[in-house]
Amino acid sequence: MNNDADATLRHADLDTTRGSRLKGPVGQPVVSISNLSKTYDSGFRALKDVDLEIRRGEIFALLGPNGAGKTTLIGIVCGIINATRGTVVVDGYDNVTQYRETRSRIGLAPQELTTDSFESVWGTASFSRGLFGLPKKPAHIEKVLKDLSLWDKRNNRIMTLSGGMKRRVLIAKALAHEPRILFLDEPTAGVDVELRHEMWNLVRALRATGVTIILTTHYIGEAEEMADRVGVINDGELILVEDKTALMRKLGSKQLTLQLQSRLDGIPDSLAAYDLELAADGHELIYTYDTTAEATGITRLLRDLKQTGIRFKDLRTKESSLEEIFVNLVRERR
Amino acid sequence: MNVYGVRAIYTFEMSRARRTLLQSIVSPVIATSLYFVVFGAAIGSRIAEVEGVSYGSFIVPGLIMLMLLTQSVSNASIGIYFPKFIGTVYELLSAPVSYFEIVLGYVGAAATKSLVLGVIVLATAGLFVPLHIAHPLWMVVFLVLTAITFSLLGFIIGIWADGFEKLNIVPLLIITPLTFLGGTFYSIDMLPPFWQKVTLFNPVLYLVSGFRWSFYGIADVGVGASLAMIIVFLTLCLGVVAWIFKTGYRLKA
Repeated sequence: MNNDADATLRHADLDTTRGSRLKGPVGQPVVSISNLSKTYDSGFRALKDVDLEIRRGEIFALLGPNGAGKTTLIGIVCGIINATRGTVVVDGYDNVTQYRETRSRIGLAPQELTTDSFESVWGTASFSRGLFGLPKKPAHIEKVLKDLSLWDKRNNRIMTLSGGMKRRVLIAKALAHEPRILFLDEPTAGVDVELRHEMWNLVRALRATGVTIILTTHYIGEAEEMADRVGVINDGELILVEDKTALMRKLGSKQLTLQLQSRLDGIPDSLAAYDLELAADGHELIYTYDTTAEATGITRLLRDLKQTGIRFKDLRTKESSLEEIFVNLVRERR
Repeated sequence: MNVYGVRAIYTFEMSRARRTLLQSIVSPVIATSLYFVVFGAAIGSRIAEVEGVSYGSFIVPGLIMLMLLTQSVSNASIGIYFPKFIGTVYELLSAPVSYFEIVLGYVGAAATKSLVLGVIVLATAGLFVPLHIAHPLWMVVFLVLTAITFSLLGFIIGIWADGFEKLNIVPLLIITPLTFLGGTFYSIDMLPPFWQKVTLFNPVLYLVSGFRWSFYGIADVGVGASLAMIIVFLTLCLGVVAWIFKTGYRLKA
């Protein structure tokens, strides 16, 4: 619960430093998706009655396997794809009937590296700002390009850039009109490790200025690192939306690994009641337990081990990662 | 009205033309010069005056129309087809611009480019033959209306096309033949009566005829009919564009 309280505090601090471009307090829904469905002309049902609320000022990670409907969901919110059914309300405005209001608040960095090869980095970012209805502001474009380590390349044609740079050009374009809500579809695909950390810092800095961020990713470590909340989508259905820490607490199992003093050939019958397995050729004993259960059973296990005469020289515990949680969730559904 | 958005699209399209200056300007000028050499000098010297105008001068309005139609269509169709092809259209669709503003940006830029070309072709023609413009104001009206109408047509083709082949097929198989058979290089009086009747179904005839009238005061069909035809065509294109955006045809899934 401490984490939640911290988060609320942090958001409250932010609210006072923020401009008044968005209505309503932090933590309230800024994007409300209701009953959203999409059936493509081919008959493929990409989204099935999705309900989702994105809170103001949060980083929301949307996870799911390929073809789960992540990009379709983002496409509908941003106006690129027509919904078959359902509504999307952004900051109090309907995204179809009041599209100017909603779209001017949203920035989108798409998954595909789609860029105008012959344009310069500076030119394409300035174009985006104009397209979104804002007058020129070179100082802002300069800041965005510097934040994304693109300043040295500002006069280069996009075709001369590497894949990771093109990815950042797309993010620069999305930020050119100072959006309050940012959609990042696979933002770090093809970006090297060092730059990935830089981009994470950039995303956090954006959030600190009050920008709401929705990102999709294949790197679960990224969601684990960045997100306040996590949504899992599979086969067009939103199967779970949870606070990240709560999710990891709830679904996470922990493992206790004991390094044994002498090798075991098998698990003794007296310990059959425990969820145990042998590893490292009998030199390690792994106990998997549920962190949410009333008793973890560790004390009892250690006592029983002693009675059985099994001695250990070291021990360590490990939490399951979001990746394992995610894989388990998706597998359960199949 | 998102004025900055329209300006961004318009400027982007115009700068695209600047990057391909050679292809955009030089090639039409060379093509026009070739037409003058072949039709004006080589063949034209054997053709007597057409309705009191020397053959070389007679073909100038037709040549300008030929350039205007083909360039408007190709400029506008590539302008919107390319973002679709490379995927950058996502930004256009996610931006707070109305359909009207998108059309204004793309069609405005394409029409501007072909108008500039029309003037260049006119100036080039002036180097070869004496020119006389009887109704300059009407000339501008025909020029502008035609550029807009065919840029709209190009825009429609660019949206409809899902490959480069389709992008080229309409200009190649429809626009060019209609232009050549629409009295660009001849007066329809020169045709046998049957083909005169057939030609009357060619919309381009009305454009060329009205445009030629603004130069020399001679026309195959009435000026009113020419104007009416352009306006019908313009309305038709506007209707199709409105339908495209209403349904999201080939733009939105």
